[in-house]
Amino acid sequence: MEIFAVLGIPLIGGILLALFGCRRWAPELNSAASFATFAASAALTAKVISDGPMLAWNEQFFVDPFNVFLVALTAFVGFTTSLFSRPYMRIEQHHGKLSINQLRLYYSMYQLFTFTMLLALLTNNMGILWVAMEAATLTTVLLVSLYRTPASIEAAWKYFILCGVGIAQALFGTILLYFAAEKVLGADGTALLWTHLDTVKDQLEPTVLSLAFVFLLVGYGTKVGLAPLHNWLPDAHAEGPTPISAVLSGLLLNVALYAVVRSKVLVDGALGTEFAGNLMMGFGLLSVVMAAFFLSRQKDIKRLFAYSSIEHMGLMTFAFGMGGPVATFAGLLHMTVHCLTKSAIFFAVGHASQKAGTQLIDGIRGLIKTTPTVGWGLALGSLAILGMPPFGVFASEFLILTTAMHTHPWATPFLLVALGVAFAAVFSKVQPMVFGETTEQRLPHPPALIPVFVHLGLVLMLGLYIPPYLADWYRQAAALIG
Amino acid sequence: MIPFSAQLVNLFAALLLLIAFAMLSQRRILSLINLFAMQGLVLSVSTLIVGLTTQQHHLYYSAALTLVLKVIFLPWLLHRLIRKLNVKWDVETMFNIPSTMLIGIVLVVFAFNLALPISQLSGTIIRSTLGIAMASVLLSFLMMITRRKAVPQVIGFLAMENGLFFAATSATYGMPMVVELGIALDVLVGAFIFGIFFFHIRETFDSLDIKHMERLKED
Repeated sequence: MEIFAVLGIPLIGGILLALFGCRRWAPELNSAASFATFAASAALTAKVISDGPMLAWNEQFFVDPFNVFLVALTAFVGFTTSLFSRPYMRIEQHHGKLSINQLRLYYSMYQLFTFTMLLALLTNNMGILWVAMEAATLTTVLLVSLYRTPASIEAAWKYFILCGVGIAQALFGTILLYFAAEKVLGADGTALLWTHLDTVKDQLEPTVLSLAFVFLLVGYGTKVGLAPLHNWLPDAHAEGPTPISAVLSGLLLNVALYAVVRSKVLVDGALGTEFAGNLMMGFGLLSVVMAAFFLSRQKDIKRLFAYSSIEHMGLMTFAFGMGGPVATFAGLLHMTVHCLTKSAIFFAVGHASQKAGTQLIDGIRGLIKTTPTVGWGLALGSLAILGMPPFGVFASEFLILTTAMHTHPWATPFLLVALGVAFAAVFSKVQPMVFGETTEQRLPHPPALIPVFVHLGLVLMLGLYIPPYLADWYRQAAALIG
Repeated sequence: MIPFSAQLVNLFAALLLLIAFAMLSQRRILSLINLFAMQGLVLSVSTLIVGLTTQQHHLYYSAALTLVLKVIFLPWLLHRLIRKLNVKWDVETMFNIPSTMLIGIVLVVFAFNLALPISQLSGTIIRSTLGIAMASVLLSFLMMITRRKAVPQVIGFLAMENGLFFAATSATYGMPMVVELGIALDVLVGAFIFGIFFFHIRETFDSLDIKHMERLKED
């Protein structure tokens, strides 16, 4: 019944906030609902660890080590982001950027967005997975345009149209999948259940499934932000409110990648070839290289880190494409550490740009002098995301690179060059922001940055020491994905 | 000899394709909405015929859902919107309708080739229409690319969903009911958001022309 708590709390929270979002305690209610969701997901995780995978409600929902770890991560980052957004959105309101009704929309949609992501993760039905992914776009599109500036409306329109068209391709892929499955499983409604599909995957028609996978990869890949379908991503991240950038980048992209990986498992079983993996490696590598070279041209700090997200999502897609226990383990680890680090960076960037009143890199200088905690948060976060040891990103990138050297040596030079270019670009831009000269006064009150340091602390821990049960969990998930 | 009902469905499929081409070349927003409603009606009737011939009862519900959502509600909403936005008599300036139509024909040929191996595997009575379904998806896609105004782009998006729905009916007799309901809900919510968006765009840019929205790009 933990599943229903995990799904029910954000749904009810979203409805309550739609009604009471104007009240003074709405931010607290938002955090409380997110905390309750996190507590429920922790209970669900504990249950799955002790009892193993489970099915619920006519097999419509299921939990296995792969999705339970993403559920826990999503609920956790959802909670810390709600903590960050509480003071952040209040300050935005005081600055007169947002009205009380826009805040109500924000809080309500924040909870509903969490709901759609958790539904996408927990559902056993590939059709409902599609519905939830589309709903995730719909809940966030009005948040991207929350400030109602021309740029934000343009970004939201682009996000809406591109992701809508993209996800329509995924629907066609799902129809083809159902078409292949119906021949084996019959038309009684179980033919889209992933657990059923998984048991009969070697009997599914290979030609249909390979075509289905192309559509699914293009469709969900648009939401992952894979090049060349990534155009919506930097705009949506840069123009939306910072807490939304954090959850889009940290969570939504992961959930979309989850959908791709689930489809890949079925297609691999049906084809018995490397077709799906090769496609994913191609898209992944292209994203890594393309994003790395775009990084150095960015002038807006949130766009910079949006491109960095494309790069890291590409790296994960590449890792899952390679397959095998080590690369999949590395991909899962990278999902975790990227999500934690990138959301921490967005929290720090949010505070920095809110204080400076601009998102332009040139406008933000000498953070270490004015607000030391934000400065350190941004500096350490950037080092972590660039893969410096001892942070966890180093561990996962190292594993991905060494596996690539073994199995696909041709790809290693591309990856190394891209990572090097990304390092130079991001470091040279963040360094003056943190240590540069500034004429601004030191601010009297330090900002509340507990979420930033909690996330970075976790990433540091994952770099130095992965607790045995967590490693075990990753291994089980990797074995499931294959 | 193809059974009579299958011939009937083939006829409706052909109508669907014709309407997709008509939408591609239609410049008046009002007529575009009427074409969209007509496409929905054709879809609904052909779903009903398939349901009646094959005794697939859930197709009745699909047909009813299509009728309510795509023939009555969405066109009504769009009519209301264009009246409120005062763009009812808008005529879009489009260049090169003939070459757009030629590209459309190429897309249809491509779609039929792509669908051929799949429809050979299909056991449904109307499998030959899968190519038409794919073609209308691609044509709606082309329509979205060629349009420079917000309302026609959205109609293209909704027409694409019609094509996908037809693909589901012709390949597999429709998706499971729970999924179809979910998709319908998404389309409904999406339509409301489109509506809100039109007003935001108008408020901010004083027009519904997408060309104002090309500022965000890499330099």
